[in-house]
Amino acid sequence: MTIADDTPAVLSAKPAEGEARLWGRLALGLFYAAALALPFLASGYHLFQYSQVLIYAIALVGLNLLTGYNGQISLGHGAFFALGGYTTAILVTRFGVPYWATLPFACVICFAAGFLFGLPALRLGGLYLALATFALAVATPQLLNFKGFDAWTGGSQGLLLSKPHAPFGLPLTPDQWLYFLCLACASLLFWAAANLVRGRIGRAIVAIRDHPIAAETMGINISFYKAMCFGVSALYAGVAGGLAAIVVGFVSPDSFGLFLSLSLLVGIVVGGLASIWGVLFGALFVEFVPNYADQLSDLFGESAKALPGAIYGVLLIALMYLMPSGVAGALKTAPRFLSRLFSRPKQV
Amino acid sequence: MTAFLHQIFSGLAMGGVYAILALALVMIYQATHLVNFAQGEMAMFSTYIAWDLIDRGMPYPAAFLLAVTLSFFGGMAIERIVIRPFAQAPVLTIVIVFIGLLLIFNSVAGWRYSYTIKTFDSPFPSGRWFGNSFMSSHESGAILVTFVVLALVYAFFRFTPLGLAMRAAAQNPASSRLVGIKVGWMLAIGWGLAAAIGAVAGMMAAPIVYLDPNMMLGILLYAFAGAILGGIDNPWGAVVGGFMVGVLENIAGAYLVGPEIKLSVALVIIVGALVIRPSGLFGRPLVTRV
Repeated sequence: MTIADDTPAVLSAKPAEGEARLWGRLALGLFYAAALALPFLASGYHLFQYSQVLIYAIALVGLNLLTGYNGQISLGHGAFFALGGYTTAILVTRFGVPYWATLPFACVICFAAGFLFGLPALRLGGLYLALATFALAVATPQLLNFKGFDAWTGGSQGLLLSKPHAPFGLPLTPDQWLYFLCLACASLLFWAAANLVRGRIGRAIVAIRDHPIAAETMGINISFYKAMCFGVSALYAGVAGGLAAIVVGFVSPDSFGLFLSLSLLVGIVVGGLASIWGVLFGALFVEFVPNYADQLSDLFGESAKALPGAIYGVLLIALMYLMPSGVAGALKTAPRFLSRLFSRPKQV
Repeated sequence: MTAFLHQIFSGLAMGGVYAILALALVMIYQATHLVNFAQGEMAMFSTYIAWDLIDRGMPYPAAFLLAVTLSFFGGMAIERIVIRPFAQAPVLTIVIVFIGLLLIFNSVAGWRYSYTIKTFDSPFPSGRWFGNSFMSSHESGAILVTFVVLALVYAFFRFTPLGLAMRAAAQNPASSRLVGIKVGWMLAIGWGLAAAIGAVAGMMAAPIVYLDPNMMLGILLYAFAGAILGGIDNPWGAVVGGFMVGVLENIAGAYLVGPEIKLSVALVIIVGALVIRPSGLFGRPLVTRV
């Protein structure tokens, strides 16, 4: 499989890249113009969906740092998503902490949890790590349901949070305010991830993925970077989980099952492994495909419940077969492909 | 004390199911060094096929044999069509493909047979065996079936030319090809056998856990735990590991953590075994040349 060409731009800067950077800036500007206009165009429920897209995008960036860039397969990121969500929900409902102040706690707790899970993960090669994280994903709903934590987690009933209003008397509806909150968090975290990947640390984690032994001989501390990467990745998932708890206003063990973890995997595969901006496409996909499948339920009846899973499954295999670098990779190669397609054959 | 013994024996019955599924996992692992995440869902689907056949009026033994045979060819087809193109791909790609298969089988079963829970009758007569008061007849039967499957698999690999060829292909593909073994087909047959064995596991598990599209998820996790605990490159180790996990799970569920978080036992066993002794109790440590 060819993973998207993620050589840091600094290394491969050529005069022609200036143009690409210009296009990149333009795309970024367009994205923000659309993203900022959206809350004033879309209705409440649609806005809620777009907030969820941003939340998924945050979690996907985190997972992509770990799986796409560092090559550690995690099938259990739903667990860290759940940990972040429950951290926020418990702090708000049991300790009366304001909702915005819970996100740093979710960050710290999930980073610590990820780092600690990452330590034993150091000894597990690709396949075994996938196994261990798969087990984590399957066991998560049961653990959240554990009677001993009922006083805090509310057991299978879950926890309800009230929807926060916009602060400082801003003339925004709660949905608009939450959307902007998600957008701000996502921007910050995307920016951080892009910088992380572009710099020295990014080169180190990619080197560890591509050739651990060579990376080690270059003086890269593999265990430190791998565990760190796991921690940072869990931090992203945790922030996403915390935001999801605030936006949805509800957490329960059933919302964090294996399907969530596998959806995250689907998201990074669709968006493009080892790509930061690509995950936006993955997030759109993961949010809207189950939604549209739900709308088809009058067509298929009860079996429409199976539709998202079927689409995900077929797509995972088809993408690995046809387009292993996802939407991001396709966008990157599309101009070259199109120009080759439409250019006249050279005269011989 | 009686309750404790009862827990141990019903643990052994479920352990038999885990052992069979672990054996299926080991079979694919030995040939390709991959762990098939879709093994449980494939077994679930086979069980649905058997249920469907019985529902249409076929007697149990015929339905059992037909389901196992169909699973065998289905497994072979999956290897030839879906897995083969990724033979040289990195682990991440293959894991993603396995997850894709898992999702497809799960949702197709849900689509075709709906998500409502069904009962699956046990093939064994309802009286207790030999006045054994610790196990239900199905539990006794499941253990018996486990041993029969083990004996058959052992005999196949030990005494038939095809079994020998498959072992050779798994151990040294290059040399096997030189002596005329079709290594690609051996892999496909390995997948077919794994699917067939998994089908048996599914049909033994279904009367205990009831039939629904998610029934094998937990069982697959315990089978993983069993295979890892016993050593994933050693069939006997995996079988012993499966039985051990069955008993551990039942005792822990009854006396230590409570039945509602039993799955975390599997998580602890998997992570613990991988960290403390990655080769398992009976496996050989994996040595790679730098």
